[in-house]
Amino acid sequence: MYDFTKKSEFADGVKKGIPIGVGYLAVSFTFGIWAVESGLPIWMVIFISLSNLTSAGQFAGTGLMVAGASFFEIGLSVFVINIRYMLMSLALTQKLSKNTRLGQKLIFGYGVTDEVFAIASTREREVTAHYMYGLMSTPILGWTLGTALGAVTGSILPDRLADAMGIALYAMFIAIIIPPAKKSRAILFAVLISILVTCILKYVPVFSFVTDGFAMIIATFVGAGIMAWLAPVEDKEAAPVKEGGAA
Amino acid sequence: MSLTLRYFIAVIIMALVTYIPRALPFAVFSKQIKSRFIKSFLFYVPYAVLASLTFPAIFYCTDNMIAAVVGTVVALVLAYFEQSLVVVAACAVLSIFLVNLL
Repeated sequence: MYDFTKKSEFADGVKKGIPIGVGYLAVSFTFGIWAVESGLPIWMVIFISLSNLTSAGQFAGTGLMVAGASFFEIGLSVFVINIRYMLMSLALTQKLSKNTRLGQKLIFGYGVTDEVFAIASTREREVTAHYMYGLMSTPILGWTLGTALGAVTGSILPDRLADAMGIALYAMFIAIIIPPAKKSRAILFAVLISILVTCILKYVPVFSFVTDGFAMIIATFVGAGIMAWLAPVEDKEAAPVKEGGAA
Repeated sequence: MSLTLRYFIAVIIMALVTYIPRALPFAVFSKQIKSRFIKSFLFYVPYAVLASLTFPAIFYCTDNMIAAVVGTVVALVLAYFEQSLVVVAACAVLSIFLVNLL
């Protein structure tokens, strides 16, 4: 017997996940090429993508790994880069439908990538388990398949094209941020403050001890914190900020 | 320890330190947050995180910084006109590829 609500929620998730999955094909393709070039066997490169399902963390971790870093150094660096996910998952707990079970949430934990989070957390309705499953499925497939394709065929791709694909991930981030930033000045300011803090931590020599992972966390706290203070969102749950709001 | 085994263990560690921060809040936190400040903070988090991940890193995504700037502008303009993730990503890649051909 079909449960039509579950089915339509799953379908809606898949629909929202497809653009992410296609974008991931390009990004993970570059990972596949690069990781095989670093000397890893193809099966391991694919296993990295399937088990990690993340961009920045697995690029950094794999780089450290092939450079001969210690387990501790690899683990700590990847963890620091991934601390941002705690904020994302915490934010997402507020969007989940009340009857979501613990087991289901533990499955979400595997699939909360930056993009999956961005789409799920900006959904107008509450997020159900089947919506999340649908949303996660194509990105998981795209990320793994793209890695496999890159790992297997990378050597025949022109270098210039492979190099150009490095921007795909960031372009997707831009495509997620800009439309809401256009509609809400408060979101735009959160974005700009966060970028400013990231740049200060990166370019001002006094802060050169701050790693990229920590710079991102600090920038997020400052950007989101200042705007939460200056332009608190309306009490209605996850209400989008009105245009020209407090800012 | 063989190199393959060493790598395998490293990958398992990486997978764990990726899964734990993602799953932990789901496992330990289920109540509705009452504080308006924290709710607002969490509302702004995705935008602040993605912005910090993107800038200035996007300018170093390829060896030629001019090409990276062109790709960034292409992505910003298309995103402004609310094109899909795929269109924005594909056009940014293509623009870098074309600039590098010049």
